[in-house]
This record gives sequence, structure tokens and C-alpha cells, in this order.
Amino acid sequence: MNAKHVLIADDEPNIVISLEFLMKREGHRVSVARDGDAALATIRAERPDLVLLDVMMPGKSGFEVCQAVRADETLAGVKILMLSAKGRDTDLAKGSALGADAYMTKPFSTRELADKVKALLG
Amino acid sequence: MKVDKREVAAALLPAALLGVAALAAWLVATLAPDTEGRIALGLFAGLMLAAVAGTLLRQAYLRWVHAAARLVEDAGTLLAADVQREIAAAGAGAEVQALAGIVNQFAAQRAALRSDIAQQVAAASRNVEQERNRLAALMAELTQSVVVCNLDGRILLYNRRARLQLRALSAHKGATPSAADGAELIGLGRSIYALLDRALIAHAIESVQQRLGRGAANPSAQFVTGTRAGALLRVQLAPVRTVGSGDADALDGFVLMLDNITRDFAGQAERDQMLHTLGEGSRASLGNVQAALEMLDFPDLDASTRERFMAVVRDEVRAMSARVQQLAAHSAQTMKTRWPLEDMRGDDLLAAACRRIEASIDNCRASVEQVDAELWLQVDSYSLLQALASLAARLAGEYGVKLVRLRLTRDDKADAAHARLDLVWQGPSMSTETVIGWETEPMRVGDESVGLTVRDVVERHGGEFWFERERVRHASFFRMLLPLAVEGERLEASTVVRGDSRPEVFDFDLFQREPPRELAERRLAELTYTVFDTETTGLEPSAGDEIIQIGATRIVAAKLRLEDAFEQLVNPQRSIPAVGIAIHGIEPAMVEHAPTIDAVLPSFHAYALDTVLVAHNAAFDMRFLELKRERTGVAFEQPVLDTLLLSAVVHPAQESHRLEAIAERLGVTVLGRHTALGDAMVTAEVFLKLIPLLAERGIHTLGQALAASEKTYLARVSY
Repeated sequence: MNAKHVLIADDEPNIVISLEFLMKREGHRVSVARDGDAALATIRAERPDLVLLDVMMPGKSGFEVCQAVRADETLAGVKILMLSAKGRDTDLAKGSALGADAYMTKPFSTRELADKVKALLG
Repeated sequence: MKVDKREVAAALLPAALLGVAALAAWLVATLAPDTEGRIALGLFAGLMLAAVAGTLLRQAYLRWVHAAARLVEDAGTLLAADVQREIAAAGAGAEVQALAGIVNQFAAQRAALRSDIAQQVAAASRNVEQERNRLAALMAELTQSVVVCNLDGRILLYNRRARLQLRALSAHKGATPSAADGAELIGLGRSIYALLDRALIAHAIESVQQRLGRGAANPSAQFVTGTRAGALLRVQLAPVRTVGSGDADALDGFVLMLDNITRDFAGQAERDQMLHTLGEGSRASLGNVQAALEMLDFPDLDASTRERFMAVVRDEVRAMSARVQQLAAHSAQTMKTRWPLEDMRGDDLLAAACRRIEASIDNCRASVEQVDAELWLQVDSYSLLQALASLAARLAGEYGVKLVRLRLTRDDKADAAHARLDLVWQGPSMSTETVIGWETEPMRVGDESVGLTVRDVVERHGGEFWFERERVRHASFFRMLLPLAVEGERLEASTVVRGDSRPEVFDFDLFQREPPRELAERRLAELTYTVFDTETTGLEPSAGDEIIQIGATRIVAAKLRLEDAFEQLVNPQRSIPAVGIAIHGIEPAMVEHAPTIDAVLPSFHAYALDTVLVAHNAAFDMRFLELKRERTGVAFEQPVLDTLLLSAVVHPAQESHRLEAIAERLGVTVLGRHTALGDAMVTAEVFLKLIPLLAERGIHTLGQALAASEKTYLARVSY
């Protein structure tokens, strides 16, 4: 069975709706977290295969969540794909430094996102 | 009457000669008696001759010798006594009279020259006075803060705006319990370095001097600095060059123009924030829209899923529109702040517009139809008047309009930030194309063409412009929407522009003063002093007595500057003995909310910076200040003069050198004693009276005064 567990961590319902639809369409099981703390709790409890992690969230930011996940060795298998409206090189550098597996800047093509997810889960 | 011996001698000389002749004749007669009769005859004739000769000789003496001597005396008097009178030489010889005439001519010439010089001096003084007043008026009208200093950083001159601005800066010191509210940062003769870092100014002066050396005509230097109160100041420094010195690069002082750019910076930061939000917000929105649209591309969507994605697109488009709207409003606001718009009363603007229209256009009259006197506008009045005049000129020239009326009303719709300025005329209307032409073609007034268009002017004000018809009245009008002034700003502007148009403090004589490089060699009369007094809980600082009040006043160039005073109650953080309250009248409740010495001392230190301290029985007050040095880090290292010691120098025989006793001796009226400021003022007046008395004893300089103080036996008394 190729079905994987994907967590979507984003506070904007307008993007969650599309991402959720897309991931389900790709055949994955999807959970949603609306802020950083919920995201971290879900990751710890459910160990998803991949997290689509928004940088700007209320509570813990995406960066903080990423750092916390990477600090926990038991969560090493969780892939992190960061999504951000921050397009600056410095943000991208920070994301990969903190251990994100990939980083995509909004707006992005859903096709590309789906390909990246596939590659990470592959 | 005084007998002129020489005159008598001249008159008697012939008789004396005759006497000698008579003696000779008598001897001859004794030897030859037969000649006796002839001798007697000859003697008689000789006597007559001697009388005549004596008279003639006396007259000759009076005429030639005595007249000359009188002339010498009269001329001497004329020279010495500065009187103006004609010298008479009646009865003198022709040459002496001629000489007297010439002396009189010299005297007349001298008188003429003197009066000429006096007139020139008077004219020159008038010019100087006029120049002063002009400069004063100019400085007062400037919307920029201007401070003039000599090379040592002493403030020689500043305008009202500078004081208002600097007062505002010291006012929002915020966190520190604003010590010494009575103290201003700026004052005549005070050091600019209390406000600005000395090194910054030194650097700016250096760079100006370098540029002067390279032959730059009008070099100035700029820097931005933070004040202790946390505000940002942009400072422009321009040199004041020494007049009449051979060295073209020599400087007398400098002019500082200060701009508080804290708000500009805040505005800049706000703009950055705005752009940032717009950028990131748009990215997110675009991301949401793009994702939703791409989902919509899937052919197998059911209607409700489809509708959900459509809703996302609609929602995001609305959000982005709102953001763009907000940005546009914001840029209009920043446009407004970037143009130098001035606050102006609406009725002033309309009156000026009427004058401008009538002055620049023949056979067109202008009047005010209606004006809301409450309105203050924020305008670039110059370009706005140009726009109104050029529109009126076209109406007169192309439509034969003979009368235009102006109307200024509040915009009663939702837009409370703008006023409506209408240019109304009776009669002919015009097409939309014409109106657009008038709005967008370069303005012309008379033969003068201006590069700007009416639209430029309106846009500069962040306003609008259109044309309307009032069919009922058979009238038409152009309407401009113009920004209203912001409440707080216009109040300030009104005090600046409409207040007293002279700077309050103004003393060019300070320019004459030498820099205090050799402080000890400076004359007492030309130094700047901080005369101060403290009230304390008791007499023993080392036993825990504390300062409860500091009062100080300033002496600049031998003048008491009462307007530049310092008065501050201090919370001693201990009880105040009742014994003292009877004297100084300061009750515990009065100091309860006052700042502590930790806050007051730095403030007083800044006030006293670069001045000589003066106090009565200074050792006592200095002891209190010294004891706080370690805790506050504030050191008073300037020279200190003590009126008690100086009085002992001047009047060594007097028993009492208490302040009251000295004041009485020197004729100083004592008012309001036993408040710190009251005592400081008495001390200051006493000190001013002591300066000339010290000079009588050969004590002219600060160094001499300090040395003499030290010598008096009282100096050895230690507190």
C-alpha cells in the first residue's frame, strides 16, 4: 500500500482546502493542524510521513516546529516540506539550515508540489 | 589786575635809557659846569622823547608780543576744552589776526569733521540695528530650528522654533522621572554640547574647514544624531567666518539647523512595513488563488467542491484589493508629508488669492464669497495661488469673465480630511475637453509660463480638481479638494508664525567674547556662570543630610539671565526635620513625588556644563554634590567661585559675610530668600556687584579671583 500520512500545518483555510484536496487525490491520508503547537503535537502523536509546514503560523512558527522535530531523534523519519510567503534567500537558507527537506515559496504550482511530495515520500 | 611785567618793561625801557643818558649828562655837567643849561634842555627833550618812545614801544609790545601770547592761550583752550567759539584778536597785529583767523578755521573744520563722524556713527549703528532686526525677524519666521554658536559651542543666538523643538525633545524623556522640568536644554551662553556630542560637531567643523581649504564657496556638513531623549535629529552645520581677517578659512563660530526626523524615520519604517506586508500578503494570496485554480482544472469535480474553490478565489481577490487600496491611501499620505506643505488659515489663503488675482490680471476683480473661518489648510501656498491665478486669467482672457469669487467650505461628506476650495464665476460654461485642457496644460499668468500644471498642483496636495455648474444661479465653478491641517501641528505653527516675531533671546555682543581656552586668564566680567543654591535637610551631608531643592540662575556676559533658571525639588528619600521646614518651607508632601537626586543631578550637570559655578558658601553646597559623585557618576569639575570668600577679599575688615549682610552692604534687595532659586538670585546679584569691587583691587581674571579666594583666611575653613 502506497498510502502515506501527510500533515498539513497552515492557519489559512484558503490554502488548506486546496492542499487537502490535492493530497487526498494523490491517495494520501491527510490530517490538518491550524497552528504551530497543534502541528507539533500531531507530529509527536501520529508521526506522519510528511508535513507540509507553513512558516507563518500563530503560536509556534514553522521554523520553530521544524527545529523541534529535528531535535527529536525519534521523529527523524518525518519529512518536512516548508511552505512560505517569505521569498527571501535568507528564509530559504534558514529553512534548510533548520532541517527542512524542501522549501517552496508561495505562490507555487500544485503540480510541482505534488512532484516534490512524491519524490520525498518515494 | 595782573600786571604784565614785560609790558611795563617795554613802556619803561625808553625812560631807563633816558635815565642812563641823564646820568651821563650829569657827569659831563659836573666836569664842565658851563654846559648846564643846555643839558637841562636836552634832558627835558630827552624826557619827552622817552615818554613818546615808551608809549610807542608799549603799544608795539601789546600789538605784537602780547596778542600772540593771548592767541596761544586761546588756541590752547580751544584745543583742550572742546569748546566751539571764535577766537577774537582785537587790537592785535595783522599777522596775529590772520593767524587767529586760521586757528578759527581749523576749529570750524574740526567741528564739522566731528559732527560728520557722529552722523556716520549714528547711521552705522542704525544699520547694525536694522540688520539685527531683519535677522531676528528672519530667524523667527523660519520653520527650521536655528542655533548659532561660537567656536566653543556656546549658544549666541537661537530662534523660537529651536526652543520649542528642543523643549519638546526634553519633554518626552519618558522613562526617567523627568528631572528638572524648569530647565531648558537651550539658553544663551549655554553649551550646545549639553545637547549634541562634542565629537560630532568637531568632526563636522573639521570637514567644513577642509572644504573651505579646498576653496569651496559655501561648505556645510550634515549629520544625524540621537538625543538622550531618544529622538533623531538631522543637523546641518554651516560656518560663520571671521569678518575682516586675512585668513579666509578662519571661523568665528557655526550655525546649526536642526530637524527632528524621528517622525520621518517612523514614516519610513511604516512604509517599509507596508511594502513588506503587501509583498508577503500578496504571495500568500496568490498562492491560495493559484492552488485553487489548479484544483478547478481537474475535470472530475462535483459542484460543491467546485464552489468551495471558487469561494477561495473570490475571497482572496477581495483581500488583495483591500490591501492595494490601503497602500494607495498610504502613499497619498506620505506624498503629502514629503512635499513641504505649510499650515495656513483658510481666510488668509483666500485673501491672498484675491490679491494675487487682481494684481496679475487687468480688468478682473476677485472677491471672497464664503469662507469657513475655522478651517486650516495644509498647502503649498505659492503653487496653489499660481494655479488659482492662472485659471482666473484664462477665464478673463478666453471667456471675458470680469469677476471671480472664492469659496472655502468643509467637505460635509464622509471625507473630513479635505476642504473644498471653489473658484466661482457667473455666466458662460465650458466643455469637458476645455476643462481637461486647462487642468493639464502648463499654467500661465500674464506672460509668465510656469512648468507646472493645475493637475500637478492638485496632486501635490493629494487633492482633486473638477468643474461643476450651478444652473439655478447661472454660475459655474472649479472645485479643488485640499487637505486640512492636522490639529496638533497647526497649533504649533500658529504660535511660531503668529507669535512675537523676534527671538526672545538675542545678544550679539557675545560674539565678541574670546574662547575660554585659557579659562583662568579670562576676565570675570565676560564669563558665563551658573549661580546656584541648595536647600538641604540639615547641615551635615556626611551624617545623612540630603539635598531637597536645587535652584540656579545664569549670568552671561555680566548680565543676569532670569529667564534661564533652574528650579527643582528633590525627593531626599528620608524625613525632613521640622527645624528646617521653618526656614525653607519645604514640607515632606511637596517632595514626595519629586525625582530623586539620581535623576536631578545629571540634569543640573547638563545645565551647568561649561560654566563657572558660583555659590554663597560654596564649599557647603559642593560637599553635598561631591558626596553624590560616586552614586550618580556626575562630577562637577568646573571652577567654583564663592561669594562669601570674594566678599572677604573685597571687605576684609567686615565681620559678617553672611549673604544678607553682604546684600545689604552692596545695596542688593533681598526677595524670596530661603528658596534655592531665591537665594541663587540674590547670590548672583551680589556677585555682579562684587566684580567691579574686585577690579578695584586688581582682581580682573578668574585665575586672580580664585587665587585671592584661596588666600583669605576663610578659605581654610573646612566643612
